[in-house]
Amino acid sequence: MPSSILNDWSGWLPRLLDGLLVSLQVTGLSLVLGFSLGMVFALLSSSRFRVVRRPSVLLVEVGRGMPALVMLQLVYFGLPSAGITLDTFPATVLALTLTTAAYTSEIIRAGLRAVPAGQLEAAGALGLSKADVTRFIVTPQGLRIALPTLMGFAILIFQISALAFSLGLPELLSQAYSIGAATFRYFDILLLAGLLYLAITIPASWLVGRLEKRLAMHL
Amino acid sequence: MEHVGPILAAAPVTLGVTAACLAVGALLGMVLLSGRRSRSWVVRTLSRMVIDVLRGIPPIVFLFIVFFGIGSGAIRLAPFEAALIGLGLISAAHLAEIYRGSLLAVNRGQFEASQALGLGRTTTYVRVIGPQAMRVAIPGMVTWAISLLKDSALVSTIGVAEIMSVANQDARASGSSLTPFIVAALIYIALGTPLAFLSRCLERRLGVTGGR
Repeated sequence: MPSSILNDWSGWLPRLLDGLLVSLQVTGLSLVLGFSLGMVFALLSSSRFRVVRRPSVLLVEVGRGMPALVMLQLVYFGLPSAGITLDTFPATVLALTLTTAAYTSEIIRAGLRAVPAGQLEAAGALGLSKADVTRFIVTPQGLRIALPTLMGFAILIFQISALAFSLGLPELLSQAYSIGAATFRYFDILLLAGLLYLAITIPASWLVGRLEKRLAMHL
Repeated sequence: MEHVGPILAAAPVTLGVTAACLAVGALLGMVLLSGRRSRSWVVRTLSRMVIDVLRGIPPIVFLFIVFFGIGSGAIRLAPFEAALIGLGLISAAHLAEIYRGSLLAVNRGQFEASQALGLGRTTTYVRVIGPQAMRVAIPGMVTWAISLLKDSALVSTIGVAEIMSVANQDARASGSSLTPFIVAALIYIALGTPLAFLSRCLERRLGVTGGR
């Protein structure tokens, strides 16, 4: 019996690996775009000017407050009635980018705020301009403080990418589900899909834990 | 405007799923925690593996394994039962880690003092350590409750008639599909914001004075 499961698994594996590749592509793209946008929102949300700060904080709170599944369905099924129709892949990337940006902007902002005040005072004493302080003093140190949390969030986004199943994007879960629907062997195939997700997330969170310990030594 | 009524009417289901899974998780989390702190390394390793798997697998995949994988075979599971088991177990794993972190925040002297007083292991945890650890754990638990509120949207995929699934039906039935999802998003935000506020208040009140 176990050998027959292994046989089936090896037959299904190529399709699942194709799906895993799509999951990883969506995750990677969303993270790159989302981190950049999150950085922008972090800076806007810590602006001195209320007109800039308020709308930015509001957008971030909306983005963080709604479930990622709602964001996905809003972008894919909702936007067409506003005249914007996206294919499943760009729709997933857009939705996950927005979710990532909202969450990471708060993570980055916390990192920026954790930079010791002495650094700011020293930079001021050296006569650096406000823009230079942000660019050369606060951002590099703040991002370093935020790094482990950002990496932890990257794992979360990889897990969230499974929700793109609901749009029909052929990622790992969709592939597993459609094999399940064809063979009625839901348990076996979903178990294999789960193991593939774990093969990425468990080593990744182990690495994040190690990174956290290493960086904590120098703080 | 006609979208708001039916979607809002599903809010109690969302809250019910969230509360029930949180309760299951809070109890089973204690079990996993005591497993992780067990004296036998077999139990410790097993509990650690269970926690890592539950935290590492995407919630929707685990929910599908429970509902389609297990619940459609010899055992028949209703969508709500599968949701309770799926999200409840995931909550247990996350809460066990939150509990564990809060135990680490309790001063070691408290353990030593309990031992010096000759208190048993159970009494030490229930009467001395537990209450102090709870203070530290509560803000984290509220934060998890907010995540769980949002994760509860996933159970729409296995057919529990909560906010997201009603919004979906509404979007399909009416021509405009933008409004139902915006309404759903706003309801989630309205439900989550008081919790976020509570978490911040508790953190300020319990965090500064508690522990260390």
